[in-house]
Amino acid sequence: MSVALKGLRRLAPQLVTLAVVLALIGFAFPGFFQLNWQNGRLYGSLVDVLNRGAPVALLAIGMTLVIATKGIDLSVGAVMAITGAVAASLITSDMPLAVTLALTLLVGLACGLWNGALVAFLDIQPIIATLILMVAGRGIAQLITEGVILTFNDAGLIFFGSGSVLGLPMPVVLWLLFGVLVALLVRRTALGLLIEAIGVNRRASMLSGVRTRFLLLTVYATSGLCAAVAGTVAAADIRGADANNAGLWLELDAILAVVLGGTSLLGGRFSIAGSLIGAMIIQAINTGILLSGFPPEFNLIIKAAIIVVILVVQSPASQSLFVYLRPERRDATPVTRERPAR
Amino acid sequence: MTKLKLLCGAAMAAALMTSAAFAADMTVGFSQIGSESGWRAAETSVTKQEAEKRGVDLKFADAQQKQENQIKAIRSFIAQGVDAILLAPVVATGWDAVLEEAQDAEIPVVLLDRQIDAPDSLYLTAVTSDQVHEGKVAGDWLVKQVGDKPCNVVELQGTTGSSPAINRKKGFEQAIAGHDNIKITRSQTGDFTRTKGKEVMESFIKAEGGGKGICALYAHNDDMAVGAIQAIKEAGLKPGSDILVVSIDAVPDIFQAMANGEANATVELTPNMAGPAFDALEKYKADGTKPEKWIQTESKLYTQSDDPMKVYDEKKGLGY
Repeated sequence: MSVALKGLRRLAPQLVTLAVVLALIGFAFPGFFQLNWQNGRLYGSLVDVLNRGAPVALLAIGMTLVIATKGIDLSVGAVMAITGAVAASLITSDMPLAVTLALTLLVGLACGLWNGALVAFLDIQPIIATLILMVAGRGIAQLITEGVILTFNDAGLIFFGSGSVLGLPMPVVLWLLFGVLVALLVRRTALGLLIEAIGVNRRASMLSGVRTRFLLLTVYATSGLCAAVAGTVAAADIRGADANNAGLWLELDAILAVVLGGTSLLGGRFSIAGSLIGAMIIQAINTGILLSGFPPEFNLIIKAAIIVVILVVQSPASQSLFVYLRPERRDATPVTRERPAR
Repeated sequence: MTKLKLLCGAAMAAALMTSAAFAADMTVGFSQIGSESGWRAAETSVTKQEAEKRGVDLKFADAQQKQENQIKAIRSFIAQGVDAILLAPVVATGWDAVLEEAQDAEIPVVLLDRQIDAPDSLYLTAVTSDQVHEGKVAGDWLVKQVGDKPCNVVELQGTTGSSPAINRKKGFEQAIAGHDNIKITRSQTGDFTRTKGKEVMESFIKAEGGGKGICALYAHNDDMAVGAIQAIKEAGLKPGSDILVVSIDAVPDIFQAMANGEANATVELTPNMAGPAFDALEKYKADGTKPEKWIQTESKLYTQSDDPMKVYDEKKGLGY
């Protein structure tokens, strides 16, 4: 109980932000919170937010771990395109679903291992190491699809995009499952602590016996795996692999989700739940803009304005201002610059 | 060798003063942009087909999206002494010098599918589609289809600020102007992609009372329409009857949707820009008739009654 409360308090800024964004949309568009039961699943704008946010949420899970080690993975959007293309081309060449999925995940894993090897063994800076696959990835995907949108009709694969389990769309189930699984794995073991140790000081953690190279390899591989799941979901959603557009710029949305979630880009502290909420904040803004009926020229401006406001409110400077303005603290502690709650 | 060829050519020309004979002799260089999209690949294969049909010897150069490669290709075509050059320009500016070289060598240049910023004396003609007209054909179809019934249209725009998005919107609005029963109630960008088309359509359906307030969807390209059709189906509605679907481009996948009764109409952006270009060149070579400076390609309307499955099979092989 107290653990749960502590977790909630740590996530309070993100939860409040999400609530404010949702309330604003609800104010502008009253039907936003309406939920129906249709075609054997929940149906409504809120479900859309959860569903459409799935690729970014999945990417954010892997990205959180990578950023916790003071790294960054720019290749996830391109890996989505590659894995989507692999899944589509395998299923259209009459491979069984299980083989298709296994090979797709394997390709994602291989992409992640490539990034990890560049960072862990060749000591290339993460932003450069992952830039390589970001640039090359779409070309590789184009080669696999031979330049066309590869469409498929396999019901099994389509299920991962538009199927539903227990009334929730499959993509939502996938990111929730993945999030819980990874969060438990890193927080119920010492793994999370060790990953944070690498982010704080890689050399020091190595000298104190942490297997930094292996762990770095693992986090980048996890990121690749998450991108593979996201790529499969994106391809299954439109029943086709679009090498040009699948996952385009989503690496930036994933990084933004992680930052909104309160994880420091300097490494050393992370929160997977925070990143997932961050992903939902981004998607809520996107869906809200689409519902609002503004002309499309305003889309990016509105999104940018909201994000600037969120980041300013979350910034250390305004956090200490809040602390300063709190009446009970005002007399006792004049100007202690407190670190923001994360 | 060259002399012999020349002699043969002269003899044949003298014997048969028809345009067909000229075409058989023609060597044409084609500088293509590269393979940026499925449509572009289809244009290349149709151009090769058209050349083969007319017995034109086509020299093909792929510029890989670089203007300098196109300029190099044109210079090498001039050096080889081709009879004409087809150019699909990657950008609008910077062509004056190389086109003057072609003019000095008396080689006519025909522009394909895009216009350029250069004096129109530097090229013979430009074969392009009219994007405003494309939007108008789509709008006219809808006007005819709904008659006097009130109809609320939702629009999926192309990438904000791109010229096809601006022009196709303009054309559609021109077509429905004066028909007060047809109104565009929602308009958003779907970035020309299936994913965004689906996502935006989902939000349109939510915003318009579960889709009951939507009578038709107008998408600036077929890919967005294909995505939107899935969104309509997942909302428990029937695309093609509950919500009419009209879009532009005529890529193969939309014909499959039309065969299934899920899409109603599409306006073709024809990949056959070379056919009219060869026709104009043949006339020009035969008796020197200069074509108009702009040849507009046909924006053909396809509906469910045009045997979509047959068109699908024809188009599938073109490399879309």
